[in-house]
Amino acid sequence: MKISAWTTLVDALREHLQLTGTKKGCDHGQCGACTVLIDGKHINSCLTLAAMQTGKEIVTVEGLGSGDELHPVQEAFIKHDAFQCGYCTPGQICSTIGLLNMNKGSDPAELRDLMSGNICRCGAYANIYKVVEELKDRNTEALSKNSN
Amino acid sequence: MNNISYKRAESVENAIEQIGSEKESSRFIGGGTNLLDLMKYRVENPEHLIDINHLDLSKIENSDSGGLILGATKTNADTAYHEKVEKRYPLLSEAMLSAASAQLRNMATNGGNLLQRTRCFYFYDTSTPCNKREPGSGCSALEGFNRLHAILGESEHCIATHPSDMAVALAALDATVHVSGSEGDRTIAVTDFHKLPGDTPHIETNLEPGEVITGIELPEKGFEKNYHYLKVRDRPSYAFALVSVAAAIELENTTIKDVRVALGGVAHKPWRKPSVEKEFFGKGANTENFEQLANKLTEGAKGYGDNDFKIPLVRKSIVRALTEAMNK
Repeated sequence: MKISAWTTLVDALREHLQLTGTKKGCDHGQCGACTVLIDGKHINSCLTLAAMQTGKEIVTVEGLGSGDELHPVQEAFIKHDAFQCGYCTPGQICSTIGLLNMNKGSDPAELRDLMSGNICRCGAYANIYKVVEELKDRNTEALSKNSN
Repeated sequence: MNNISYKRAESVENAIEQIGSEKESSRFIGGGTNLLDLMKYRVENPEHLIDINHLDLSKIENSDSGGLILGATKTNADTAYHEKVEKRYPLLSEAMLSAASAQLRNMATNGGNLLQRTRCFYFYDTSTPCNKREPGSGCSALEGFNRLHAILGESEHCIATHPSDMAVALAALDATVHVSGSEGDRTIAVTDFHKLPGDTPHIETNLEPGEVITGIELPEKGFEKNYHYLKVRDRPSYAFALVSVAAAIELENTTIKDVRVALGGVAHKPWRKPSVEKEFFGKGANTENFEQLANKLTEGAKGYGDNDFKIPLVRKSIVRALTEAMNK
């Protein structure tokens, strides 16, 4: 991919690769809509340059699940009615996977803190919390896989 | 964002060489979480970015003096969750995990954390005067919305605060910053790293142009027993401190053997006065002494209207942080 030096990762994904699952929200690292996984860690793709990520594994919401089969975290979002408009959802899902990868969030306060980088304007927090709490109690090895 | 050039540096020497004669128009980029944000607001307008993530500075290693060296490009998350940091310097770990969001901590680097710039609204708003952004243009915060602003060490030219939590804990722990430049390597105490605004608020650190941070060294003593990082803010996560206190005590029964208090959210740099701390060595670790320490540490505090509340708040926060540290 040939891109200009000032292209952020979120713009490279959406505008150059047409992967529009990753959302562009505030564009200043405050809302979390652009969250993607880089080498298994969740980051704000609006605050990094695409050129800086050469050689890294980048997983967006499109890379989860396979075919018609959803990733368990996506399934859990549906099960718990954890989204309304859906704009923040790809970021919320990537953050959930990042959190499971970290194996953190042992108490409710820590869990809420670790998810606080994702803003939901619909206020689906209570159900998003249920998703994360349920998943962290499961054997997370299968869940935390970034892609199939 | 302006059009920029982007280059990777492959070694510390190479980074210093690359920045060479274009210091003014170039910036090193680590995590980029603050720099790119400022570039989008056109507060920072570099022409060249030099990526320093490939300089082999992402380790955490034992130092010769029995402490730890935190690599400059290690991320804040990987540092805060590092086994040795959690065990030996829990105050630092606690402070770092109180900062930003999980996504930002996964990208932000240790060197970059020290160099992040104030979140003063007027500094970010290019339509308003700001001596830090445009020297000589004036300070909009003095008579503006200054709820978040400084009460100590400020000047008539700037009342912005330094936003870092990490730096506050590092100041309490007596950490030093390792830097390299064309003149060679040197170390700067964290407490001397950031400057008070005076009449040059745009010059924020004692880093020379073209110098690069290579690491942060923690001394052997980590206060792993009695410590507390108290961060007072408008919501329980993902917000900058109104005031914060990094408190560490070494106790001998109920007597203070050593005590450290560094404050965040109140000044242009982490606020610490070792001479005040020393007055309390050998005294009882009790509320009365903590109150006295709080008063002495914040002597001369001055409010600008909206931030007047910070003066009693920071004093009470110091007492609470020390009490919690003692009872840990």
